[in-house]
Amino acid sequence: MTAAIQHCNVIVRNPEGLHMRPAHRLVQVATGFQCQIELERAGQIADCRSILSLLTLGAPQDCELILRAQGPDADEAIRVISLMFSQQFDEENGEPAT
Amino acid sequence: MLELQGIAVSPGVAIGRALVFDREGYRITRCLVAVGEDEREWQRFVDAVRQASLKLEANRQSTADKLGERIGDIFSAQLQVLSDPQLQSELESLIRKRAYSAEYAVSEVFTKYAAAFRKASSSFLSERAADIRDVERSLLEVLTGQPMETLKTIPHEAIIVSHELTPGETAGFDPEKVLGICTEAGGSGGHTAIVARGMEIPAVVGVGNFLHQIRSGDEVIIDGHLGRIIVSPDDATRDRYRERRLFRQSIATQLQEIRDLPACTSDGVRIELMANLEFPHEAASCVARGADGVGLYRTEFLYLGRDQEPTEEEHYQAYAQVVRDMQNRPVVIRTLDLGADKMGMTMLAEPENNPFLGLRSIRLSLRNPPLFRIQVRAILRAACLGDVRVMFPMITTLDELRSARFLLRSVSEDLAAEGKHIQCAVQVGMMVEVPAVVLMLDRFIDEIDFVSIGTNDLTQYTLAVDRSNESVADLYQACDPAVLRLIQRTHLIAAEKKKSTSVCGEMSNNPAYALLLVGMGIRTLSLAPAAIPILKKAIRSVTIGQCEAMAWRALRLSTAREVDAFLMNQLAGLVPEIVLQA
Repeated sequence: MTAAIQHCNVIVRNPEGLHMRPAHRLVQVATGFQCQIELERAGQIADCRSILSLLTLGAPQDCELILRAQGPDADEAIRVISLMFSQQFDEENGEPAT
Repeated sequence: MLELQGIAVSPGVAIGRALVFDREGYRITRCLVAVGEDEREWQRFVDAVRQASLKLEANRQSTADKLGERIGDIFSAQLQVLSDPQLQSELESLIRKRAYSAEYAVSEVFTKYAAAFRKASSSFLSERAADIRDVERSLLEVLTGQPMETLKTIPHEAIIVSHELTPGETAGFDPEKVLGICTEAGGSGGHTAIVARGMEIPAVVGVGNFLHQIRSGDEVIIDGHLGRIIVSPDDATRDRYRERRLFRQSIATQLQEIRDLPACTSDGVRIELMANLEFPHEAASCVARGADGVGLYRTEFLYLGRDQEPTEEEHYQAYAQVVRDMQNRPVVIRTLDLGADKMGMTMLAEPENNPFLGLRSIRLSLRNPPLFRIQVRAILRAACLGDVRVMFPMITTLDELRSARFLLRSVSEDLAAEGKHIQCAVQVGMMVEVPAVVLMLDRFIDEIDFVSIGTNDLTQYTLAVDRSNESVADLYQACDPAVLRLIQRTHLIAAEKKKSTSVCGEMSNNPAYALLLVGMGIRTLSLAPAAIPILKKAIRSVTIGQCEAMAWRALRLSTAREVDAFLMNQLAGLVPEIVLQA
């Protein structure tokens, strides 16, 4: 357990960027953690519990974002969420990845 | 009282209550709640969120059952938006700290997000904006207890206030209910302005951001002569405008008296005053106003606000009505001038970076021969009913003119082969709207029967100004010396070959400019029907020598500003009774 800020870089792989559906999945997962989780794109910071703030990032495909988490389960949150990014939020060209 | 200056695009004064639509065309109530009411308002909002959530959840469930969980997820994302913590805290601060009504707060915050999404650069973002708007609408419907009113259903007499209106929306207005129009965006040559004028609804556009300063129900005065709008006028202002309205009505009575007299200068030079028509039903009122014919029948309004192409029969019925109502007066039918901002049919519309320089007007027609043929068939059939002339818009090259004439000939042969009765000797003309045509007119002139100068597009293409862009709208001046020289050259080349030149742009609506055109030798003017009586009055008050002197001096000035000031001054001296006092 640590109160230090954990962070890593993630890349948006979804062809349509961080759009409604991946953002929706991200909020669902982020809400399950106790820690504060945020994404940063070029100085703009989004709260991962707020779908609107995530969408406002307007992150397109191949966009690199900084993922930060602070709180009791921050390590786990970073691990799970960066995995979600690399697996394109279970979506490939709009269809479920099998 | 709040006074704002915009661009006057459709004359007349309207006094009435505002009906405010936001950017998306919803009616919203922008207001604050009374002190002490904010807590109740917040509770009302919380309840609305709960109800809207139930509705969205029901939608999600039924969609998921029908189409699968993945599609149903769209609604669960919308549910997430509804309970978004960032959104909630913004709304809470507007309602609880700044006493916004729940509707106002919702509309403000959602508009902000939708705009932010739209500004971002990729293509899927606009769909997000639509999702956000969906959530907004379900919330507003719960809060107001009724389906959101849209521009299509104006409930009572009102002055429509909006960020922007499309020509299609404007054409859909009931002129009985819509007293006036005022928009934040838009410029003087935009087609919304033309439609408003066609419907004789006073309109002011290009006012800039002001929707936050007005709400539905406020009293508003629209001054379509001076381009002014006044919100919540004081008594003195309201009285002044009522008086002015009476004064105008008395001028109208005077004009009515010369209705059946010809438009001749006091020394007997006859000027043909023709009408520009948008809709077939206007033809009757053209005759009532003493028009000598229809100089420009804009046929594209058949295409607006519908998803399917009009049939040959629909074209024919519209033209036949105009020809019959004009009772043997000439009717110049311009072929399809769709494209750019007039594009009503999405199937033909490819997004273009530069629509005014793109596939529009005659270019579009020549690229779609089946569509073009349908219209030409209808025109040739209607030509049996009276004096019908065909005019091709936006011709740029001689090849285009020849292709269009070739198609006309082949359609006429088809009709003859089918045994249809057609009029063989239909006059064919072209519009002069592109500077290239003016430069090459000596090569075109032998292949046509008449030319008509469309000053709106000619001005836009000569001065390189997008006439619907309010940031450069001030550069758009039909009286610019460059435009005047092109008009003069056109007239001289046509006159040498004994072909008639008419001017059918907005320019002819202004009596000062119209007298200038007469002074330059133009004998046929085509203008908005409502502007005909006043121009006839002006023409009957001057001699041809006075007009020629005016033109001689105007053509020697160097800037649009000088020309405009000079002409206004001349008009005030020559026909003081029609110059409206500010």
